[in-house]
Amino acid sequence: MNTRFRSAKNHEKFICAAISIFVFLVIWQLVVSFTKAGLVLAGPVETLSSFFVAIVDPIGTHTIEGHILWSLSRVLVGLVLGSACGIILGILMGWFKPFSALVRPLFELLRPIPPIAWIPLSIVWFGLGEASKYFLIFYSAFCAVTMNAYSGVRQVDPELMGAARMLGASNRQVFFTIVLPSCVPQIFAGLQIAVGTAWATVVAAEMVRSSEGVGWVIIKGQDSNSTVQILVGIVAIGIVGYILAVAMRAIEAKLCKWSVRGK
Amino acid sequence: MSKDVIVCQNISKSFDTARGVVDVIRKIDLNVRENELLVLFGPGQCGKSTLINCMAGLEPVSGGSVTVNGNVVHRPGPDRGVVYQRTALFPWLTVMGNVEYGPRVRGVPKKERRELAQHYIDLVGLKGFENSYPNQLSGGMQQRVGIARAYCNEPDVLFMDEPFGHLDAQTRYLMQEDLMKIWEKEKRTIVFVTNNIEEAIYLADRIVVLTNCPTSIKKEYEIPLPRPRDYVDPEFLRLREEISSVVDKAL
Repeated sequence: MNTRFRSAKNHEKFICAAISIFVFLVIWQLVVSFTKAGLVLAGPVETLSSFFVAIVDPIGTHTIEGHILWSLSRVLVGLVLGSACGIILGILMGWFKPFSALVRPLFELLRPIPPIAWIPLSIVWFGLGEASKYFLIFYSAFCAVTMNAYSGVRQVDPELMGAARMLGASNRQVFFTIVLPSCVPQIFAGLQIAVGTAWATVVAAEMVRSSEGVGWVIIKGQDSNSTVQILVGIVAIGIVGYILAVAMRAIEAKLCKWSVRGK
Repeated sequence: MSKDVIVCQNISKSFDTARGVVDVIRKIDLNVRENELLVLFGPGQCGKSTLINCMAGLEPVSGGSVTVNGNVVHRPGPDRGVVYQRTALFPWLTVMGNVEYGPRVRGVPKKERRELAQHYIDLVGLKGFENSYPNQLSGGMQQRVGIARAYCNEPDVLFMDEPFGHLDAQTRYLMQEDLMKIWEKEKRTIVFVTNNIEEAIYLADRIVVLTNCPTSIKKEYEIPLPRPRDYVDPEFLRLREEISSVVDKAL
């Protein structure tokens, strides 16, 4: 009964989403067909058909999914390294107060600087190849995850730590069995932000200098005055960004099913 | 006469706050006998929880000393168990994970501690919920886990800090009844804090009435009524009236 009710609701949600996207596409088509906007903007039919053509027919040296994979692989490397370092640094800052007093002011100064501000320097330091892109994504993921891991540790319920000590846990056991698991949801919130900013950063980095990737598709579209190609790149970014967000939520629901956030 | 398990000698406690030093406990002498169920009864905010935290070792005393079985209490330790008002269950662990936590951190082998935990899970009536997470349980069931977790560590004494304070009236009666049954089966020395007079008389061997903050002992009552007790028994009602008339009004 309950599940049927829920699936009916999902059904309704799906129909609403389909209607809203369809109406948006119709308005887009009408604007392009009947106003001067058509001169500077490709229509949805043209864009989507080019997108599907790009799946088999390469843009430059890669098909669109090839470009997507290139961008994703850059995100993956930077994200994994950045998150790992962020989790470690954030937890250390949260657990050791003197360490936090030393490192946190520096970190707070670094944090508000957007990743793209580092593009020119990263090219000077790491060259035009992959390393500079990894660095930028590393930085964007690192900041988001560090902050969340830190506040996750700071917000561990002191009563739970007291309860663990009362039951006989040593400091080390309190850290590994209470502090670490209880900050998992918050670290996950940080990872979600990190995935979003990393995906945005890779596009920016590729637009500055690259020979493949979704950012490159857009910037090459601009060079050849092809609004269709720009839009194909944008559609790819939107779809992948959406899938990444959904996947992260699914993993979180699995990992944090005990917490209110995971529900 | 059985021996004294907990001995509080002239203990006092004060906190340094922004508004200066606040005295919470003033010179309390209190002994708790083996397998006695002692109820600390007093108005809200009078310092009952602070007293129990000092006895458990969660807060250091400012003066005097607390000993449990002859050992001076300095810090938290597994010879004392606590059941918390807000349950303080570990939400990422299942019922089994919570109940076996104490033996686990003390290095009891898995098979042994699982059996022990299962025994106490059955005792509190949660058979079949071993793999549930706390947020999937009702308030009463969560507190049963709290009781099983404290029991499973097999401490010498148990401290219960208004464990039924957040429950609705119906569940509260049920929990009091069940706590009695558990205690009859597995006798322990229990110090139970409450601000509910009915609960106090229903459970206690002895009630210690505390004054308003800074708290000290106002009066003591032995409760000789046979168990299970009846809330509307004339003697029950007489005691209830007598003790109610003694206790300070909460602010």
